[in-house]
Parts: sequence; C-alpha cells; structure tokens
Amino acid sequence: MSNRPDINEMVQRLFSGDRRAAARLITWVEDGMEETHEVMRQIYPRTGKAIILGITGSGGAGKSTLADHLIRKLREQDKTVGVGLVDPSSPFSGGAFLGDRIRLQSHSQDAGVYIRSMASRGYLGGLSRATYDVIRIIEAMGADVIIVETLGAGQDEIDVIHIAHTCLLVVTPGMGDDIQAMKAGIMEIADIIVLNKADLEGTNACLRHLQSTLAAASFKEGKWVPRVIPTVSVGGKPQDIQGIDELTSAIEEHQDHLQKTNSVDQIKFERVEHELGLIFKDQLQKLIFKGLKGTGKKKKYINNIIQGKNDPYSVVEEVLKTYVRTKE
Amino acid sequence: MAKETPTKNLSGFNIKPCYGPEDISQLDYRNDLGQPGKYPFTRGVHKTMYLGRPWTIRQLGSLDSPSTANERILQLIQMGATGVSICFDLPTIMGRDSDDPLARGEVGSCGGVAIDSLSDMRSLLKDIPLEEISINFVSNSQSSVILAMFAAVAQERGTPLQVLTGTMQNDILKEYQAQKSYYFPPRPSMRVSMDTVRFCTEHLPLFNPISISGYHIASAGATPVQELAFTLANGFTYVEEGVKAGLSVDNFAPRLSFFFKVNNDFFENIAKYRAARRIWARTLRHKYGAKDPRSWRFRVHTQTSGSSLTAQQPEKNIMRVTLQALSAVLAGTQSLHTNSFDEGISIPTPRSEKLALRTQQIIAHESGVINTIDPLAGSYYVEALTDRMEAECNRYFEEIEGLGGVIPAIETGFFQRAIADSAYRYQREIEEKKRIIVGLNEFVEEGNAPIDVRRPDPAFEEEKVASLVSLKRDRDQGLVKTCLNEITEVIKGPDNVMSALIKAVKAQITLGEIIGAMKEVFGEYREESIY
Amino acid sequence: MVEMKKKKIKVLVTKVGLDGHDRGVKVVASLLKEAGMEVIYLGMFQTPGGIVKAAIDEDVDVIGVSYLSGEHLVFTPKIVTEMKKNHLDDVLLVAGGTFPVEDIPTLEEMGIHKVFRAGSLTDTIVQYIRQNVKR
Repeated sequence: MSNRPDINEMVQRLFSGDRRAAARLITWVEDGMEETHEVMRQIYPRTGKAIILGITGSGGAGKSTLADHLIRKLREQDKTVGVGLVDPSSPFSGGAFLGDRIRLQSHSQDAGVYIRSMASRGYLGGLSRATYDVIRIIEAMGADVIIVETLGAGQDEIDVIHIAHTCLLVVTPGMGDDIQAMKAGIMEIADIIVLNKADLEGTNACLRHLQSTLAAASFKEGKWVPRVIPTVSVGGKPQDIQGIDELTSAIEEHQDHLQKTNSVDQIKFERVEHELGLIFKDQLQKLIFKGLKGTGKKKKYINNIIQGKNDPYSVVEEVLKTYVRTKE
Repeated sequence: MAKETPTKNLSGFNIKPCYGPEDISQLDYRNDLGQPGKYPFTRGVHKTMYLGRPWTIRQLGSLDSPSTANERILQLIQMGATGVSICFDLPTIMGRDSDDPLARGEVGSCGGVAIDSLSDMRSLLKDIPLEEISINFVSNSQSSVILAMFAAVAQERGTPLQVLTGTMQNDILKEYQAQKSYYFPPRPSMRVSMDTVRFCTEHLPLFNPISISGYHIASAGATPVQELAFTLANGFTYVEEGVKAGLSVDNFAPRLSFFFKVNNDFFENIAKYRAARRIWARTLRHKYGAKDPRSWRFRVHTQTSGSSLTAQQPEKNIMRVTLQALSAVLAGTQSLHTNSFDEGISIPTPRSEKLALRTQQIIAHESGVINTIDPLAGSYYVEALTDRMEAECNRYFEEIEGLGGVIPAIETGFFQRAIADSAYRYQREIEEKKRIIVGLNEFVEEGNAPIDVRRPDPAFEEEKVASLVSLKRDRDQGLVKTCLNEITEVIKGPDNVMSALIKAVKAQITLGEIIGAMKEVFGEYREESIY
Repeated sequence: MVEMKKKKIKVLVTKVGLDGHDRGVKVVASLLKEAGMEVIYLGMFQTPGGIVKAAIDEDVDVIGVSYLSGEHLVFTPKIVTEMKKNHLDDVLLVAGGTFPVEDIPTLEEMGIHKVFRAGSLTDTIVQYIRQNVKR
C-alpha cells in the first residue's frame, strides 16, 4: 500500500458518479481497510433509498441470465442499475473463480450499469459481510436499483433476505428434490419464486408442486403471499424468452405491497438491526482480541478449553465482564 | 534423473508393467476382430488396406486470399498431394463478411482463406480438377453456404455434381462442445446441417457431407477416451437426426466419415481407432439396423496433434509429428495431415509444410510398416487396451443417454465441463512433472533459435474489404432482397434450404448476409458459461 | 476484519476477437484460483472496450489476455489505448498464447508488461504477478 489515500477526495468522486472511485472503494471494503469506516460514515446519509433486489438459488438455475433480463427492463425505464455477483471463495486456496459477469454481456458497454463480482471470502450464506457496505457504495455512486445475486438457497444461513427488499428464489424443474428439501424454508426466503427453464420437461408438475406447497401454508391476513412465476431466461431469439414481463410486474407488485403496508420501514428496521449486529460482532471481536493482545491470555484461554479446564461460554462471559461491562 | 514410467495413460487407465495371454483371454477373433475389411472392422475398413492404396496424404492448403490459396493448392497437388484441405479465416468461420466491423483485423487470420461471395469460391477453385481431387472443406457452421458455393461453381463449369468428391466437416455438435464457433442454438443448427446431408445424398453421392470430428474435442482438452466416446456419440446423433429427416440409414451412413487427432501416447492412440471401428460397426448394425456393410465402416481422417507442439525448441516437433504419424498409420487411418513443426509459434511456412508432407512419404515408402495389414493385431497390450477403450466408451454413452442425449447434454454443459476438467488435470500433471514434455518441463533449454515466420499481408484486408464493398454495390439489389426473403421463408418450414442458398450465392449474396438472415429466424446462441 | 488480511490479487482473464479456443484461458484461470487469486473470467469474443470497462468495474490488478491465431498484433494496441484513455496505469497487462519469439519485444513496446508463450508453467505466471502487481 503506497501513500495514504485521500478519503474525502474518493468520496467526492464517488458522489459525482465516478465508477473507478466506486470500484476502488469496494476493494477497500473487501480488503477490510481501516479507511472504510470513515468512508461509510460519510456516505451513509446519502443512502438507503435504492431498491434492492436479491436473487438466490443454486448454481445453474439461471440467476445471472434472469438478472440480465431484469437489467434490460430497468434500463428501459431509465433506471441506473448496480449489480453485485457473489460467488464462493475456495476454502483451500482462498482464491475464487468469478464467472457470472459473462452472462451479463449485453450490458458490458452500458455506462448506466455497474457490475461487480465478489468472492464470499469465507462467509457462510453466500454473501460476504462486505456486501452491506458494497451496496451503499454502489448506491452512493447513483444506482437506483441494486441487484444482489448469490448462491445460497439450501444453505443454513441465507443472508440475502437480510439485505434485499424483494427476494427472488430461482428454481428449475429438474430440482424437485431440492425444492422438497427446502420446503420449510422456502416461504421465508422468497417473495417471488421464479421457476426458470420453464420450457423443460417436468415444468407443470413442478409448478403444481410449488403452488400446492404455498396453498398449504397459511399466511396472515394482509401478508404477502409469494408468487410463482415461470420463466425462460435463455434462448437464441427474443421470442424464446418468457415470463420476464410477468416477473417485472410481480416485483413491482411486491414493492407496492411493501409501500401500502408500510413494510418498507419494517424491512429497513430489520435490515439495519441485522447490519448493526454484524458490525457489533466484528468490532467487538476486534476490540477484545486487541485487548487480549500481548497479555498471553488468549493462548491460556484456548489451552484451558482444550484441556477441559474451562469451556468457551465461561471464557466469553469472563472476558466480557472484564472488557465490556466494566466500561459501562 | 530417473523417472518412473507413468502408470496411467492419457485416458487415466492404469497400465500394467507387462501384458500376457490372460489379458485377452476373452478375445474372440471372429467376433471382436474379424479379417481386415470384414465386420466388425477392428483390423481396418478395407480388405487390402495400404497394400491396395496408401492413405490419402491430405495437407491443408490455404492462405489469406482466395487466389493465393489457389496457388498453394495447385502447388500441393504438384508435389503429390492427392487431396487438399481448405480452412477458412476466423470471420468466415464465424459467418461474418470481411467488411463486418467485428471482422476487422482478422481477415485472412489463422492461415485460413476469406470467403465472402461466390466470386471468392471461383478464384479459390480455379484450375483445380474437381472431378479428380477430393477437397476437404474445414467448414462447420458455415457449411450450408460453402456447399452452395461449391455446387454453384461446379454447375458454372459444367462439372456434374455426381462426380464431386471430398468432405464437408459440417460437424456442428462439436462446435458447442469444444471449438465454439456457432451461430444459432444447437437444434436449428442441426436442422440446417441435415438439409446439407439430404442435399448431398440426392445430388453429390460421392461427397461426405459430415466429418464427425474428435480432433477439436481432443484439442480442447478431452482425453483420448473422451474424444472417442463424444465423437461416436455425436456420430450416432447424426444418424438419428438423418433418420428423423426422412432418410434411411443405408442412404447416408456410408458417407459419414470421421476425423481424429493423434495423441502423444502411441499405443493408446492405436487402441482408440480400433475401438472406434468396432463400436461404430456394432452399433450401426444392431442398434440402427443398417444392412449395407458400407454403413458399418468407420472411415477416418487423421491429423497429428497441433496442441502437442511446443514453441520451445520447435525443431523437436518434427520428431513428435513423425511418431504421431506412424501411430496413425498403424491405427489404420484413411487419410492423414501432418502438422508443420512451427505451428506452436505461428502459421506454417512453405518450407515447414513441405517437410511435413515428406514425413508421410518417408513412412509410406521407406519404413516398411505398410507391407502387412494391421501388424499390431493380437498384441496383448493393444488388444487389452482396445477392449478397455470400448468398455469406458460405453460407460460414457450411458451417462449421455441419462442426460437425454447429446443435445440436452450440450445444453446442460456436460461435455464442456468434462473437457475443461480434463484440460485442467493434464496441465496439473505437466506442472507437477507427472508427465514430461521434452523442452517444456524437462530438458529445458534457455533461449530459442529464431525460425522463419510467415505473416499475413496487411494490405490484403484492405483490398478484400474494398472489393467486397464494390461487389455489394454493383449487384441486382432487388434480387438480393427476394433471395434473402426466400431463405428466411424456407427455414421457417420443413423444406430443404439448399436450393434457395444456391440461388442466393449466384445472386452474389454473401456468406455474412445469408447467416445474418438466418439468425433473424433462428436466433443467436450464447453458451452457458462452464467452468 | 480483525486480522491483517492479505490483500487479494484480482485478475481479469479473457479472450478478444472472434477466436473461440478457450482451453488455455480456462486452465490458466483455474490455476490462478488455486494459487489464491480472485479470477474474473470474461470468456471469449470480447472487445477491447468491454475488457477495459470490466477491468474498471472490478478494480482488478491484472488483465490477462489469451491469444492464438495471430490476432495479438491487432488487438494489443487497441486494449492499451483503451487502458490509457481510462488511466488504468496501475493495472498489469499480461498476454499468453501462441506467437513468434520476435513478436515479444513488439508486444512489450506496445504496452504489454509480460508475455507468456504457450507452454509456460503456471508457477512462472503466478510468481510474476505476485512480484509485479502495482499496488
């Protein structure tokens, strides 16, 4: 790292829509640079208005090609779009192969679209902790809508619901078993279930299955009932592509629903609560480990736990008493 | 440094230190091998093989402009080539005219010839006796238009179509799997391909309308057994599609031919060919009910391995090519292209091309390996390896069938992923020195001796574009419109598009314009990225 | 965000023009990933403008272009021009593939920082990138 970057200048460039500044700031966030705290403080007041769409689903379901069509629709409405494509990092090498950008080729020269690939860098749930900050940076650059695409359904943690206002779960007819397995969680994840590749065999059976699952679930009066939208996102000719208009309308309906029921505030509340939790977790851990540094206590705690002289819960309680509560 | 013999061959089979009678105890001479020229053709597709006639020495003969390519072809014929291959520049391969913005800078690339219009085809074929020389067009997605131009030139010259010999590569399946020069989605591409097969079956009975190619599959990184299995699976798909298009198997299967690559592993390569002949014969006969023995014969053109050539110490490639060529001959190939030693560096020069051709003549006339047919038959090792190839191949067939067939497997990325995985594994073996490539990861020499390099003439592109622009300006524009309309109408229905294409090329409509019109109906293909 | 994270090296790998031979670029991409880098894979049929825009959006440290069919002398100046226009002076431009030895100085004069000919071992590429990234 050469000379210290000028934070104010970078933030000003970002506000003026400079994508290189945005790109660099996102790198700072990804690399966990100290400067990002100041950056986020400066840009936070300018954010929070963009619509955030989450797209999740297993690999090969067609998330990126769907995103490609949604971007096209949004651009037709003259909205600027930011896209975050999150893929897993290799647990062995720490490297990552980020190949989703290829599928968004048609927007590769459009100045109104900013696309960023991100490696999850070891976080569960398909989204890196950095994603919150990345979204705000993209918004501060001027994006009206931000699409976050992540591998994720079926895993234990599904972060994307904590971030997105409208969450799309993409499934395909071939995934019958997977759908069965995640039946329980499916309602919580998705505002819209996209049955992509709906030109494949088994589409009707899968559609019926999804609808009956939804019908069997009970939704509170006035609560959003997830829609199932069949789509075909890949095809040589425009007429092969199906269901995109329906999908766009469903997203709009969901946004309207959020407005009407004042749920946006609720979602924002939950989102910030979650975000706050994560930042607390990060910062507290940092604070505590910093406090323990050089005291030799950390090593002792760990060894005690290994030798069965103590357990992690008691250790944490003890440490919290010393380093946190005393500061009250 | 002592190096252990690799215990695995390129396909990943364990190789025993020594083979004996126990390894071929199941082998039944009549059922599994058969006499040369007899079912199941394991020992070769012809009764006399090279005793009657050596393989066809078929070298590539092409260079940027149609007229220089023509000179080169005439030279090769003079030097003793009995057939020629013509390859095309990238814009032509991608169905784009020389004046297409995306073609700029690549006209005449890859040592290929730029064909935009019928007048280009005329200059390309000038003075070549079409009734004597068999011409192999290394053409895939653009094949219907190239075939239309070829037929149109013959008609203009008064050469009856029935006497034309040669081959159109026209293998679109492997484009999606490996070579990646495609225009439309797989299904409409298959339909156009089948139109050319129907046209050839009716009008060019001596011409091979499809050369089912493992070469590119192998070059993209497939192992020898994958090359074998995927190529044969593609072949079976063409058979099924032909039948679906209304042809009877024995109508067109005798004219299907194949194209393999020689791998570095000498015996593994030979086993691949022998297994291919046996599987093709058995399947055509029993699964597809072919009655004509000519339908059972797996006829194959071979090219030595361009991707095995190294840029490091390039002269050593002469030895690689020689060994590979020998392996292809012992495997019983019908025709052979030997690569030039400088291909790891650039487009071959006339000197290196001549050396490559002479290599074949030395094998044919000096080595004595052609004095008896299939000299390796009965070798414990070769026969055991041939059996293993067949068994592994059947396993792949089951897997592909499980995915719904070749086209659905393409759509889900099965081949692309399998090939990329093998390419990756191979590179890892090189990096870890589990496999030695002389001069590359062992016996490395610093520095490189400079060698001659052939470069395309930069003025050529400008000239080509200028002449194309005037051609497009000076033709009957009304006729252009009618012909293009006719093409788009025909391809919406079931009728064969070939006669509309021949009419169109005669009206000076270009390759790029025809493909463009077809794209409007069929759409453009974008591959699911696979990694 | 506690421990000093080692900065990740980000590499954009791509092909340019009409050539579809993607074996080399795919293998290199996988091996760079194994070496711990974050690889943005752009695939085939790219234009110089599209490559540079992607490099900006992704804030990469390295652009790696794979050549096969003699197109290196055509596209290299176009990519370099796009990079200069966008002030990507802290991005390393490397090329790999099939070309004559005597073209290497030409390519370097055009603005490629390092040329790897076909057959180069990944380790050489990885070492070069690690030692030469500009930030």
